[in-house]
Amino acid sequence: MQSSSEINTVSKRAARAAGYSWGIAEEVGKCISSIEMFGIRGVENLNNYFKTIKDIKPEGPKQIEENNKLNDKSLCPIYTGLKLIDDYKSVDKIKTLKFIKLDYPLLLLPFINKLSYLIGKRIQVTIDEINAECNLNTCILADHKIKSLIIKKANTVIITILENEDNFSSKTWNELYEISTETFVEETEQSKQTGAGAGLQDND
Amino acid sequence: MTINIQHRDPNQIMKLSRLGCFHQSKLSFLRSFIREFKDWEFKSEIFELDKDGYGTAVYSVSNKERTYSLVCFANKLDDTERSDRVIATKWDAAFVIHDGLPSKDDIERLRENVPKQEVGRCSFKELALSRANRSVRVFNHVIDSLSNGIQPNKKLLTEVGYLYRTTAVYGSGKFGLADRYRIKDRPEINGPFRIEMMLVYLVRQFTFDQVNHIAHKKSPNQSVKLDLELSRQLGIGNSTGLGMAPFIINHPALLHQWIYVREEALKQIREIKNVSNDDFEMFKKFLELSKKNVNNWNTNSEFQNIKIAQLKEDIQKFEENYLCNMKVDKEYFWDELYKWVEENLTHEGVEYIVSLMMEPYDNIISLLVPQMSSDEDKYFDIPANRTTDELKSSIEKSYPNIIEMDFSIDKSNENFWYISKNKEEPRLASRFEEPGAELEQPLAIARDIKELHDRLSSYNNEKLSKFLQENTDLRHIVRRCYIVEKLPYAEIQDNSIGSELMPIDMLRLKLSFFGAQKFDPRSDKWLRICMYQGAPLMHEINKSNDTWIYN
Repeated sequence: MQSSSEINTVSKRAARAAGYSWGIAEEVGKCISSIEMFGIRGVENLNNYFKTIKDIKPEGPKQIEENNKLNDKSLCPIYTGLKLIDDYKSVDKIKTLKFIKLDYPLLLLPFINKLSYLIGKRIQVTIDEINAECNLNTCILADHKIKSLIIKKANTVIITILENEDNFSSKTWNELYEISTETFVEETEQSKQTGAGAGLQDND
Repeated sequence: MTINIQHRDPNQIMKLSRLGCFHQSKLSFLRSFIREFKDWEFKSEIFELDKDGYGTAVYSVSNKERTYSLVCFANKLDDTERSDRVIATKWDAAFVIHDGLPSKDDIERLRENVPKQEVGRCSFKELALSRANRSVRVFNHVIDSLSNGIQPNKKLLTEVGYLYRTTAVYGSGKFGLADRYRIKDRPEINGPFRIEMMLVYLVRQFTFDQVNHIAHKKSPNQSVKLDLELSRQLGIGNSTGLGMAPFIINHPALLHQWIYVREEALKQIREIKNVSNDDFEMFKKFLELSKKNVNNWNTNSEFQNIKIAQLKEDIQKFEENYLCNMKVDKEYFWDELYKWVEENLTHEGVEYIVSLMMEPYDNIISLLVPQMSSDEDKYFDIPANRTTDELKSSIEKSYPNIIEMDFSIDKSNENFWYISKNKEEPRLASRFEEPGAELEQPLAIARDIKELHDRLSSYNNEKLSKFLQENTDLRHIVRRCYIVEKLPYAEIQDNSIGSELMPIDMLRLKLSFFGAQKFDPRSDKWLRICMYQGAPLMHEINKSNDTWIYN
């Protein structure tokens, strides 16, 4: 078994050899080792992607907009991912972004996971028929089949920033809160006087 | 009144000529390993060597919760095959630290792989990998002596200092070894290179057991065991080449922690208002004892001999012109002493005294040692929402000398760092005489900082994300600028590709933190050192007093 450190190092060097700068290659190394830890086939997807770009110059969007596409070719997942994390403040304002024709879209997932961490919100990702959710760079929730996939190209990738909202009702919360109060001690007159530091009136 | 001493200026301390003068100290990893593990149980579990000393041995280190094991494989090696260079493919012995006690199956698996080193595979159950070659001269002399019933020549042993020298010690995910994250929360290894230090310590014991075993098999009725005092005076040698140099550039956050902790220790010691006479006497005692190591420091390197002579001269000057008249009756005694040292001695002498000043202060050092690790991922992200002007100002503050360097001249660009295809090891070559510069590693930090600063001049307070998109080739260096902004000792403030570069300064910096002694440069690109010379033996480690390095 390859260690995470080996996956990081080899992916970084391969990215450099594929024509990316060292700084970008460093990001690729981190990203691939991170999605491999989530069980997604980062190495396989990256290796296949690098084979396809031997004779072309990969490109990402010049700016992040609601709809993102290149006129004559597919978007590079690495440059697209970097643009997303570098412009994370704009992304958070746009909320829902669409990418038309993107190569090896699973390679975009670790960047979106990092993006989720940077903006502090969960992000829904739809790669054609596949749904995933990136959660503050701590986990990626997805259909189990994603683990075995190598996806050459997505026609559409949609990412949606999910607002930080409770996913339980206030009734449920109140019920749970009531249960939690059973760990509290009832207040008495004496505890009011002696149980805490400050006075009952602090008007001095 | 109390005084607030500032940390020393990174632009002075982080020069290679200064870092190349660092010495072992109470912070060093060899010493902190022994302090941490002295109460663990050390045992020989398996010792199955044939009459010539070839075979398998296992040593364990345990406490109530955990066991680590060193698995050793000693193999026959022709003299013609023995090489300390990284291109070697066979060694006298190969070692691995296994997490727990290895099963029979584990040992068989490791036997197939560990002797092959870089071309073998370890698993997540292994934590460090190494190999070593005998010092043939000393090894044979020791066997001959012991088998004839006499102890070996003490002078020869002291001069060389070891029976074996390791030629590489690998950890943290290399060749299938466990990644650091798997074990990083274990308190006993919350210090850099703890596992590697454990490996070297246990290998040292193996070397003693092996010579005793061979001598006994050679002459069962006449042989004697190696005297314990002689054993203590032997450590483990190490041949270190350029592989170590890029490490300190590639791990800026970790480098910062090492240097910062050293600077913080010095600051806290200089801030002591009333220094006790006992502490001062302890300092003087260790200064006296340490001279033995300086006087036994043998090397053929002219470069090192000049430094040793400087150090000897500094110590003499310090003793005769300062120390002999001093009493600890003044407040902030250490601060005054430090100021005198800084003003009157060379860097060799200054850093030597700084190391010695730590000796009396267990209370300060023990709190600082756990800070010598770093979660490097925390510093990886580039804050791309900031502006180009902010970055430019930050560079001017963090790298004032580097942005004054002239990289338009060949001399400043003389070298390039690359990874050799053969063993995937870092090498250094002349840009103008050797091929491969187009595959240069991103280690020309000063040159790239200068380039970044120049290019930023054509931007007018724009978003950094725009700059990064238009200058992808500088992304790695932008990242470093933000690391150094937070961690001022993260960067070597020198040109790592210039014609005057002495790579052994980088090696010595790292090895001084390991706690190595007797730096013996064999060229400007590799050197030999000795580790654990004077250290307690395995059976007596629990009696260690942390001052063994001066024994």
